[in-house]
Order: sequence, then structure tokens, then C-alpha cells
Amino acid sequence: MSVKFTLNGKPAAANAEPDTPLLWVIRDELGLTGTKFGCGMALCGACTVHLNGQPVRSCQTPLSAVAGAKVATIESLSRNNTHPLQVAWIKHDVPQCGYCQSGQLMSAAALLAGNKNPSDADIDAAMSGNICRCGTYPRIKAAIKDAASSMRKA
Amino acid sequence: MSTVASTSRRDFLKTSAAGTGLLLGVSLSLPGGDAQAAGLLYTPNAWVHIADDNTITLLSARSEMGQGVYTSMPMLIAEELNVDIRQIKVAIAPPDAKVYGNALLGGPQLTGGSTSVRDGWEKLRVAGAQVREMLVAAAADKWKLDASQLKAWNGTVTGPGGRKATYGQLAEAASKLPVPKDVKLKDPSEFTVVGKPTRRLDTPSKTNGTAEFGIDVRLPGMVYASLEQCPVIGGQVKRYDASKAKGLPGVIDVVQIPDGVAVVADSYWRARKAREALVVEWDEGPVAAIDNAGMLAGIRAATDKPLPLKAVGDADAVIKDAAKVVRAEYVSPLLAHATMEPMNFTAHYANGKMALIGPTQWQDGAQGAVAKALGMKPEDITVKTTFLGGGFGRRIDLDFIVQAAQISKAVNRPVKLLWTREDDMTHDFYRPMAVHQLAAAVGPDGKPTAMTFRMVSQSVTGRVFGLPGEVQDPLMTEAALAPYEIAATRHEIVKHDSGLRVGYWRSVSHALNAFANESFIDELAAAAGQDPYAYRMSLLQKQPRFANVLKMAADQAGWATPPAAGRTRGIALMEGYDTYMAQVAEISLKDGQIQVHRVTVVADLGRMVNPDTVLAQIQSSVNFGLSAALYGDVTLVKGRVQQTNFHNYPVVRMNEAPQIDVTLVPSTEKPGGIGEPATALVAPAVANALFAATGKRLRRLPLTPEAIKA
Repeated sequence: MSVKFTLNGKPAAANAEPDTPLLWVIRDELGLTGTKFGCGMALCGACTVHLNGQPVRSCQTPLSAVAGAKVATIESLSRNNTHPLQVAWIKHDVPQCGYCQSGQLMSAAALLAGNKNPSDADIDAAMSGNICRCGTYPRIKAAIKDAASSMRKA
Repeated sequence: MSTVASTSRRDFLKTSAAGTGLLLGVSLSLPGGDAQAAGLLYTPNAWVHIADDNTITLLSARSEMGQGVYTSMPMLIAEELNVDIRQIKVAIAPPDAKVYGNALLGGPQLTGGSTSVRDGWEKLRVAGAQVREMLVAAAADKWKLDASQLKAWNGTVTGPGGRKATYGQLAEAASKLPVPKDVKLKDPSEFTVVGKPTRRLDTPSKTNGTAEFGIDVRLPGMVYASLEQCPVIGGQVKRYDASKAKGLPGVIDVVQIPDGVAVVADSYWRARKAREALVVEWDEGPVAAIDNAGMLAGIRAATDKPLPLKAVGDADAVIKDAAKVVRAEYVSPLLAHATMEPMNFTAHYANGKMALIGPTQWQDGAQGAVAKALGMKPEDITVKTTFLGGGFGRRIDLDFIVQAAQISKAVNRPVKLLWTREDDMTHDFYRPMAVHQLAAAVGPDGKPTAMTFRMVSQSVTGRVFGLPGEVQDPLMTEAALAPYEIAATRHEIVKHDSGLRVGYWRSVSHALNAFANESFIDELAAAAGQDPYAYRMSLLQKQPRFANVLKMAADQAGWATPPAAGRTRGIALMEGYDTYMAQVAEISLKDGQIQVHRVTVVADLGRMVNPDTVLAQIQSSVNFGLSAALYGDVTLVKGRVQQTNFHNYPVVRMNEAPQIDVTLVPSTEKPGGIGEPATALVAPAVANALFAATGKRLRRLPLTPEAIKA
């Protein structure tokens, strides 16, 4: 029996076992590989997606939990790097290895959706669930502020 | 969609044969490389591929693991080729160590040791210049003009009378010309690419999810594998029962390979779930006897023959007769790499050929290891390198590549092997534990008159490259010789095999030796009752490059003015990878835990290719080093690594990441490496700041609240 939900604004259906983590459904069954596997325990944030607008760790979200829900992945931010966060990420050359950056961007997008003028503490609180082993934190922080600023002006 | 263009040799031949493009070979004066290149559509030493449509592809002989070679390597070629790097494509080179080998590492096609820019600095510019001259020569032939009348600029050769041809239009004719032996390189004052802060070419693909990492590889008919390995590294399968696993949904096969039992299924998650249903009995092997206390005791008591590194005067005699002697022992723990992307590789065995696709730091190593393990010829094995989700030395090792190849051969299908985070942490090649025993005689002025240095640790190079035990391992001696002026010194290294497999870990022995040396000089300053910065400076009178970065770091950090209440500073200095660097860490204690507020870094690394990447690498290294300084500690119980994931192997997160202020010293010296050195100085700088805060010297990493309280 397939589980139906909305993925990046389009209807999606998945046939995996209901306890399959959303991460693997998105990556392997639905073929969107921008969302990454890092820890499998909701400790690193590499797999962050939005579930009904809230950031969740897709490695710990079973497929059964998204029936009828809206799921958004990095692919929804924009394909052509026009989202203010992507623009800022490119301007600050944030990524190094880049592996964690889909998750970082999705956490940052959720933050800015609710707070267009985040303080350092707000950014720390929203982003500390996302590990970057390349240590791109200073640039992530600068890029979030930059993106917030351009979103306020928009 | 992949942004890593496919560049296997076969692909090139295919492309060329189809007439849609051609390769322009350049001849390089590589050791052992032959210089005949011209006239071939494909040459084994090609760095530049120019297609009919003027698409220019530059090859990076080094893997992109975050350090920016995907941009810096093409920048070096583009500087002399006179093309806009925004107009070119980049591909990671296929395995061919004769061409793409790393001379600084003795020849392997290996990304590591902060060598990429240093190794490529001259040869890639020569490559670009050779191609440029061949294009100009082709235009000169075509137009019956002298080459001196022509100019190659921005992908086009122009000449008098409005003559104009794109590189693409000239490429075929150029490829038939002899490769110029002596090319004139630009004077650095003429550089338009090198030395200019340049946005990375890979960033756009890493902000929209399209960058292809190993985990993202998909092949037609591909299946997924999850591998159960012995909880004790090196343990072997005694017997196993796969009957339950084989009956689970999606399971295609269960196969035994030397490292364990692999479940192969039609999805990763099904393979992973079915793996839980395996029953495996292990022969745990000798590592089962290892725990940390025993390992440390063994290192301390090591009776292996010391390998002398350097001796000046009779340091032992001076220390023996000295009125005042300072002695200290430092301990560095085992560390895991914990790259964000867990180990994985995709292998496709068919008709006696093996295609390998994935993240590796060592292309010809992968080819050779798989050839050896499977009894194949290297030429029957292709390696395509994806982006690496972190390397830090872990992806120099090849275990997971061999495993993927063995599984693919066993099931005769394309297989993606993906480790769990737990597999990754418990089956790493760990940074070796190290013990340093240092002693110094101190004169009446508080200055050292003699010093001895003994480092005991395990040789990674012995395992990876077969370096004999009686030969000094250059990757154990890095930064062992500190720059301070001491009349009599004796340094020795003791190689001691603790029985656990060890690997290269970002900055390798720099981190071990710098922690000991820079803690010890701080101890000598404290024993002399002198300021640690001034004390160091007084011993650097003959070392202007060291003294300069140290002074600049102190100035930038405001060393002369006291920090805010509750804060203290620590300083550290080192040369590594031809880069001179000083750091100042400013910390406070909160509930017994170290908070690092600010790290000031001054680096003198000679000429830079992409200064913004230099900055990024320093920021990266500081956070990487800080994770190790505050948290990094791998422990074993009965040979089982206890750390399994980021809850019990924590790393620095954004809320713990310090402000990092970097100053780069303008220099015309040859380039130094920058991917690693800043990693090594964080622990001593923070430990020295902790001493300033508490008066207590921690000589064992990591710097935990428990150790601070004890």
C-alpha cells in the first residue's frame, strides 16, 4: 500500500515499508539525492527537510508519519540558486566539502521563514543541530544574516 | 545530475573517436614520465581537453574534499592558458599516477599532506603555458604568421588584420604539433588569476543538492549493500546464519567477504534492516585484547629502538648536571575522522572489468588494492572520483572500496556499499595515540640550556606504504623540531605498534608534536615566571619568519592588553607544510567547560593561489582542531571502539564555534600548504589559555571538564 504525500509541491507516493525513514524514501525510491545521510540518529542534521513547514530530521521520520503531509527538500529551495539563502551561500562561498549544506540550508530556511531578523543567539539555536565537519560555521552565520537582510528588503 | 564530469580514459577515447571533441596533450617534465605527447587525440599526460564547441575541460589530479582543489588546480592551469575559469569545466582525473602522481608524496596519485597547490604550483602552470603555445603555433601555421605576432587571450587567439580563432577551432591542429620543451611562465606581477580571491566553481552545485557525492551514485540495475563487520577490528567470520535475513523483503543475496557478511537488497534501508537479522559468530582476533589503559601503558614502556631525529651538543649531560630541570609528559588520544559522509563506494563488476565510482583520496591506490584483492589487472579497473563528503585522511584508506568491489563481484551486479555512522566510527583507521616525554635544563635567566624530546607513537606510513620499522617515518616527525634557540638538544622518535590499525588524520603528527612542544615551552615560561609570548620571542632571534607571525598574532589578539574579566589567552607557534603560523586562543570557563571565544590566526604561507580558500581552510582547521581539543577521544573495551555516533563522539557545533580572526602575511615565498596546519595549533593554544585561567597544566587531551576539575 503506498503512502501519499506532497513532495516539493507535487503529489508523491511511496511504496516502501511504512517504518522506512523518509530519508531513504526520498533518496532511493523518489530519486532526490540532495538530502544526505549523516548519522541516522537525528544528531547531525544532514538529512533536514521540512515537514509541513517545520524542520525535521528525515532519518528519524518514518514514511508513515508523512501520509497526507507536505514535505520539502533542498530541491524545493530553488533549482537555479535563486533563493536568498542560496544567493548568500554562494556570495560567502560557504560550502567546503558541501555534504552537510543541504541540511544547513533547510534549517536556515526554516529559521528565516519565522524570523526575518535573527540574532546570533537565534541562529545558534536554530543551527546547532546541524554539524559541519569542515567548520563552515562562521560563513553560515554570515550568509544567514545576509539572506535575512535581503529578505527584509524584498 | 552530476557536476563531476566523467573522465575515464575510455570515455575520452569514445568521445574522441566519435569526433565530438579532442584532447590536447601536454608534456610535462614529470619524474619517469615520457615526453611524447603530440599528435594523439588522447595522451596519457593530459590536463586540458578542448572540444570543437570551445568547451574547455581542465583536469584536477586531486580529489575535491572541501579544500578547494576543484577551483585552485584549474586556476593554476588557467593562469597560463589565459582562459576565464568561469568558462571552463572541471573533472577529476582518472587513475594514472605516471601523469597525475603527487611528487611531494613520492609519486602516488594521492590527495593529502596539504600538497595539492605545492605540487601543482609549477607543473600546472607549465601545462597551461604549453597548451597556450601550441594553440598559438597552430594559429601561426594557419595564418602563415610568426607566433610573436599573435596573442592568446580569453579562449581566443588573435592576430594582425583582425584574425581570430577560438581555442576550440585550433585544438585539433594544435594537438598535432610538438610539445614545447621550454615555456616561459608569467612573472607573478602579471598574474590575473593566481592570487586573486576567486569564488569556488563547485559552490552552486553544493547549494541546490546537485553535487554528486559517493552516496548519490546511481547506476542502472544497481543494488545496495550493508556490511556487518566484526565489532573488533580485524576479526574474522567464523560462521554465520543468513536464513532469516534472506527471507526479508527486498533481500537479493547475502555474501561473505573477508571483512564480514554483506546483505544485498533492492534498497539501502532493506539491506540495512535485514542486516540486523544476521547471526554472525566471530573470531575476534588479537585486537580483542586491547583497551586504552593497556595501550597507554605499552606506549610508555615501549622498548623499541629509538630513531634519532636530531642531536646538537650533549643535551643529556647538560640536563644531568643542571640545577633546575623541567620534565613533562604529554598524551594524545586516539581519534576518529568522522567525515560527514560515511564511507561508501559503488562498484560494478561485469565481464572481467571493474568500474569503481565514489569518494577516494587515492585513485591509483584504489585501483591497485582492488586489483590485488580480486586478482585483476589494474588496467581492467576504472576509478571515477565523485565529490568527497570530507576526507581528513580517512579516504586515503581503501578498505570500503575493496569491500564494494568484492560484493559486486560476488553478486555480479552494480552495488553501492554504504556504511552506517556506527560502522564508520567503529571501523576507522584511528589517529594513533602518542606519548611525548620532554625535559629541559633551565639556566639562571629562566632560558633553556638543553632539551630532550622523545615521542612514542605508531607509524601510519609503515602500514600504508610499507615503510620499514628501522626507517624514520617523516609523518611522525613533523613539527618535532621547534624553532626555539636552545644550545643542546636531542630528539628521538620511537615507533611502537599498539596493535590497532591507525591512519593519517588531518595535520598528522604536527598535531601530536605541536601539542607537546607548545605546551612545554609554555611550561618553561611559567617556570621562569615570564610571559609566554615574550619568552618565546626571546628564543626566536634567529628565526625571523617565526618571530614575525608570532608578533603579528600577539598584536592582532591584543596580547598586550588584558582580556575581558574571566577570560584568558594562550599562544602557540609552529611551522608545517612550509607554512608558518601562530595562534592565540581566548577562552573562559563556564560550569567547568572551556568556552573558546576567539581564535586569532596569523599565517605566512608564501604565495597563495586562492586567498579566500586559504581563509576558509584556516577557519575549517580551527574548528576541526577544536573538536579534537575539547572532545576527541576514542576508547576501546575488549577491542571494541565505544564511540558510535555524534552523541558519544561530539564535535564542535555552531554554538561552540569561536570567532576566528585570520591575518595572512603577504609573501613571495613558494606556496605552503594550508589544508591542515591550523588544526595542530588549537589544542596547545587552548591548553595554554586554560593554564593561564587555572594555573593547572593539562598534559593529556582532550581538555574535558572532568580533567579540569580533577
